[in-house]
Amino acid sequence: MPPPLQAQRLLLSHRRLTPSNRRRFTAVSSLPSAPAKTLATGAAPSSILSIRESLLSGERTAADITADYLSRLRRTEPSVRSFIHLADAAAEREAEELDRRIATGGHDAVGPLAGVLVGVKDNLCTANMPSTGGSQILDGYRPAYDATAVRRLREAGAIVVGKTNLDEFGMGSTTEGSGFQVTTNPWDGSRVPGGSSGGSASAVSARQCVVSLGSDTGGSVRQPASFCGVVGLKPTYGRVSRFGLMAYASSLDVVGCFGSSVVDTATVLSVIAGHDKMDSTSSSHDVPDYKSELIPLDLLESKPLNAYYILASSEASSNLSRYDGIRYGRQVSADDLNGLYGGSRANGLGHEVKMRILMGTYALSAGYYDAYYKRAQQVRTLVKKSFNEALERYDILVSPAAPSAAYKIGEKINDPLAMYAGDIMTVNVNLAGLPALVVPCGFVEGGSAGLPVGLQMIGSPFSEGNLLRVGHIFEQTLQNFSFVPPLLAEG
Amino acid sequence: MALTLLRGIRTPTLFRRNAGLFFTTIHPPLSSFTTRAESVQATESKAAPKSIQLATKEAAEHKTQGFEAVIGIETHVQLSTVTKAFCSCPYNYGSQPNSTVCPTCMGHPGTLPVLNAKVVECAVKLGLALNCEISMTSKFDRKQYFYPDLPKGYQISQFDIPIAKEGYLDLDLPVEFGGGHRRFGVTRVHMEEDAGKLLHSESGSYSQVDLNRAGVPLLEIVSEPDMRTGIEAAEYGAEIQRLVRYLGVSNGNMQEGSLRCDVNVSVRPVGQSKFGTKVEIKNMNSFSAINRAIDYEISRQIVLHKEGQADQIVQETRLWDESSQKTFTMRKKEGLADYRYFPEPDLPEIVLTSDYIDEIHKSMPELPEAKRRRYENMGLSMQDVLFLANDDNVARFFDSTLEHDADAKLAANWIMGDIAAYLKNEKLSIDEIKLTPLELSELIASIKNGTISGKIGKEVDLSNLLYSFLLTEYEGGTLSFDSFFIFFDLEFAQK
Repeated sequence: MPPPLQAQRLLLSHRRLTPSNRRRFTAVSSLPSAPAKTLATGAAPSSILSIRESLLSGERTAADITADYLSRLRRTEPSVRSFIHLADAAAEREAEELDRRIATGGHDAVGPLAGVLVGVKDNLCTANMPSTGGSQILDGYRPAYDATAVRRLREAGAIVVGKTNLDEFGMGSTTEGSGFQVTTNPWDGSRVPGGSSGGSASAVSARQCVVSLGSDTGGSVRQPASFCGVVGLKPTYGRVSRFGLMAYASSLDVVGCFGSSVVDTATVLSVIAGHDKMDSTSSSHDVPDYKSELIPLDLLESKPLNAYYILASSEASSNLSRYDGIRYGRQVSADDLNGLYGGSRANGLGHEVKMRILMGTYALSAGYYDAYYKRAQQVRTLVKKSFNEALERYDILVSPAAPSAAYKIGEKINDPLAMYAGDIMTVNVNLAGLPALVVPCGFVEGGSAGLPVGLQMIGSPFSEGNLLRVGHIFEQTLQNFSFVPPLLAEG
Repeated sequence: MALTLLRGIRTPTLFRRNAGLFFTTIHPPLSSFTTRAESVQATESKAAPKSIQLATKEAAEHKTQGFEAVIGIETHVQLSTVTKAFCSCPYNYGSQPNSTVCPTCMGHPGTLPVLNAKVVECAVKLGLALNCEISMTSKFDRKQYFYPDLPKGYQISQFDIPIAKEGYLDLDLPVEFGGGHRRFGVTRVHMEEDAGKLLHSESGSYSQVDLNRAGVPLLEIVSEPDMRTGIEAAEYGAEIQRLVRYLGVSNGNMQEGSLRCDVNVSVRPVGQSKFGTKVEIKNMNSFSAINRAIDYEISRQIVLHKEGQADQIVQETRLWDESSQKTFTMRKKEGLADYRYFPEPDLPEIVLTSDYIDEIHKSMPELPEAKRRRYENMGLSMQDVLFLANDDNVARFFDSTLEHDADAKLAANWIMGDIAAYLKNEKLSIDEIKLTPLELSELIASIKNGTISGKIGKEVDLSNLLYSFLLTEYEGGTLSFDSFFIFFDLEFAQK
């Protein structure tokens, strides 16, 4: 069990700062934000920008850049196992195709994400690749369409290198709940990468790809970002289309993204965000103005964990009813209808998923709806209200992303309540539908070089721009910290 | 000879007024005008009259036996929108199985519903036509259960806040049942999506799933338990059919499944306010079947009461069997299903403005009830009123004829008599006839002002007179060639 976070190792603490501290902090945050272009020399290199510059100047080819990432991927993948499905050959072909287009079309062929390798969490549908949701019940399933977020990345020139590992259907906090394989933390192979977007976080952390897509229902982008020492963004609910994201909890799910820097994360967000007519809950909101002051805050009092698990399980029990072995996915034949349903789902769905479906069905049952689901919605309203009040007084709320650094593999698997307790810093944000950004901010002891710890920043709805700006400033203040795992220095 | 000819035309053998009129009420006049697919109706009409007479007698008997029936109806109306409720697939009855489907209506992972705005428009239209209170805000809910024809494992429906509620329906019972005006309450109207279809193998060893129909929009109309006899229930159903056709929101075709009625029947001793145990009846494919099924079920329940076996009446679903003309148990009592309703998180609330509702109100045509009252005020008999008003196409033809100042009674007679017979013979519908309302109005005027003598008796060779008139009109250019022949047929070809 890694030691609890030590205040002196953090640059920021959640304690209220004294006036003298506050002035100091304000001074730091008033540094002019460096325009992205000059970052190449700064603390957090933007891989996307450097790739773009190399392609435009002709200094490097896409094939070259791709080969670079793929060699690192192949070297690290046997131990990290980020990917359920790898499309490396296709990636090489796409890179060559891009080089041909650049040769003939010049700069017009270089879209905002041209030549950028991305990993896509396997609960996002990709038309030309299997999409399992991390579940045996969809083993071999190939969707007929691309998720909107994936389509937009592709249209911007990104190359999807593979589908990353996850806790089955997004349910879990360690990625140990995958129906396929265990992913390890690049910082310490005996530890988990976090979850449920563990594979997406580890892939970026190990520099197997430049950026990746994940999903966040209760912290599933932010906690793995913290565990793996990468930047993770959970946008406002409705900011990014959910069309093509295999639903877990419809009112809480969002598509999020990982990068090794705040700028890269911001670039991906700008590509995938925006209204989608295929998702009736997506927003037409523009990116608003952002503010540049970060003000410290008292720790917020709230008990959102129970409400979250009731709501999420209830919605999940409904969203997962479609996995019944009738139209697609794994089917276990039987003599009668109930036997077919029961057999297919018993065989195809994992333990954690079954548990949550049962919990959710119970909570929605006649006689219990009022006591559980309805009550949880009421708590949710209170959580939203309390956040709104705080965010009227302050621009950004700050907290650790998780109560600890990465667990050992197998540590929490038999103690679901302890596992759920790890979500305490993150679920309230999903209940309120707010955006949040996690940036690596320091280390605690563990592994061969320490274990990374992430700082969570929470903003008001559609204030991603503000969060990213503050995160970017913060990143620059960490010039002495390098968040590249030791595993990449080997070999 | 002339007299015989004319009289023969007036009451053609194929179109007996009495049975025919009932026929055209329960199977709306459309059936006698669109004869292509309705041969079923023709054979039915022979079977119907006997049981209808029985039914009327039975209704009276129930009361005298000291029991009263309480009937409520749930009607599902399949909307004839261009695309489905939550995706852009089309729907055409009879398509190749699984040919009008997409990932969304098949419940594939990652798909989301997007509301077809036309569905809301149809719902508001029907709600207004049923004199309902329209909910300015309403929402969708998920109704959850497992069945192979339900791809998502839940149906998107409306649970506690339907789009319309607390309305009523006015209608007139057919004349041969004593006629009479009735008003039946409508509890609610809500929007939902249809499920797919299961086709069971003959051996029963397998079933096939066709999802073409999955996701097609439905409006569910729940009536107050205001009906008391089979004929009242059947007429309620027929009026709903009329309404949806008038409004253009649905084909209202029971054979194709675009109009489905499930009936709840219970009996109680006269004077008791507490309801008896209600039994649901399904599988009635026509209004006359509804009538017979209900009357059978009422008798069945009364008999059980009288034999002291009232506890044998359990809350269950029974199927109507057309061949044996009985209801029988569909499944053993399973207890009430728990659908675990909760609000649909993928769809926002539906918020209506009064401007929106007013716009729809303005676009609505004159409804059957208004027409019936208007025709009644012209002095037409109830029998005529029901014939003319209950079919949208007939009413339109009639109204057009009146617009050219034709005499209402004469126009009614022509339409209900000779023209109806002609159409039946030629297997045409009234909107296909080449005779125009203007021409009909001129003919009527000619008869009225004596160009053609109305005094039939004596030795006047009316047929020749009529023939000369028609020829004159045709040669003079005021009668089209086709109309000439139509009249020719009417008058001469039916010897």
